Amino acid sequence: MKPIKSTLFNMIAVLMIIAICSAAAIGYVYKITKAPIDEAKNNNVLSAIKDLVGVFDNNPFEEKTAISGSRVELYPAREDGAIKSVAIKAFNNEGFGGRIELIIGILMDGTITGYKIIEQSETPGLGTKVNEPKFSKQFVGKNAYTNNFDLKKDGGEIDAVTGATISSKAVVNAVKSAVAAYNKFAGATQNEE
Amino acid sequence: MKNNSFDNFAKGIFRENPVFVMMLGMCPTLGVTTSMENGLGMGLATMFVLIMSNLAISLVKNWIPSMVRIPCYIVMIASFVTVINLLMAAYLPELHAKLGIYIPLIVVNCIILGRAEAFASKNDLWQSFLDALGMGIGFTLALTLLGAVREILGAGSILGWNFIGENGYPVLLFIMPPGAFLALAALIMGFNKISGASK
Repeated sequence: MKPIKSTLFNMIAVLMIIAICSAAAIGYVYKITKAPIDEAKNNNVLSAIKDLVGVFDNNPFEEKTAISGSRVELYPAREDGAIKSVAIKAFNNEGFGGRIELIIGILMDGTITGYKIIEQSETPGLGTKVNEPKFSKQFVGKNAYTNNFDLKKDGGEIDAVTGATISSKAVVNAVKSAVAAYNKFAGATQNEE
Repeated sequence: MKNNSFDNFAKGIFRENPVFVMMLGMCPTLGVTTSMENGLGMGLATMFVLIMSNLAISLVKNWIPSMVRIPCYIVMIASFVTVINLLMAAYLPELHAKLGIYIPLIVVNCIILGRAEAFASKNDLWQSFLDALGMGIGFTLALTLLGAVREILGAGSILGWNFIGENGYPVLLFIMPPGAFLALAALIMGFNKISGASK
């Protein structure tokens, strides 16, 4: 069979058919993968919360709250009805590869239990080291009320990852916004009680 | 004829290796090979798209008017990549999280359009498949090798296993962008030496 000729009609018709088929295929795949993708994302968040705040007997997802004026999300974890700790989802858009989103766990006395990065596009092997213990364990045990979470070169207490200062700074800023949200949240719950 | 099939398959691995000989797909080659695992993952994902697009284009080649063939190929390749991206996000979330930002980049990988234009649009289904498989393996090998060299020198580890220890000082330069050029140049030099291509 000979290839069809490049007449105007043929060209328009073929391009249109291909575009329609592609759109249909992508639309279909999008539809069938939407639920599994959301589920995978939620599982990711939920397992991070579990790792960070330990035991809880409520569903932190259902009690999700947000501090007004910021887009930080808080997931309070209760044990026997009382809030023991809170997982906070915070983000910073100034990473080397854009947005860095992390979940940080803070006990109600202000002790940080650690953080998990759930979304990032940093340079593999360099910026991604902010997710490794060598950097992340610096935050563990620090207190949300008293410690200074800046990088050392900005007068704080955190050592930046060598060669990835921008990524480190983005994580530090995300942690700081989470800590700020935590302070508001803790203040509000104390007034309640 | 059998010999020809084998040649279509084998040429991509060594004689016409997409990275070391044809210098195609340099963007992912330089960008993602900060570790052996990343190189391998990117190579396999590219190989998969390459096989799919070569098959599809070989199948419809006679229905595509030659004046609009490039837009047609691009739309088809982009669709494959989007579909794979969604499927990976849904069913292989961990691998997707690692390679996430590089998967969409496969669309602009010139190996795929290059093979579609240079081979699949002129050959039958089986030969196009062999060509894509060979080229894919060649690309994967090149990326894995480059990733391994950069990971060993730049991070002091191999496949994530650290052999240099916490206090070692790896040559950090090699996992940064300039290191990609240096390592690639050294590998091409070695490749040319072996293949006798240099004059």
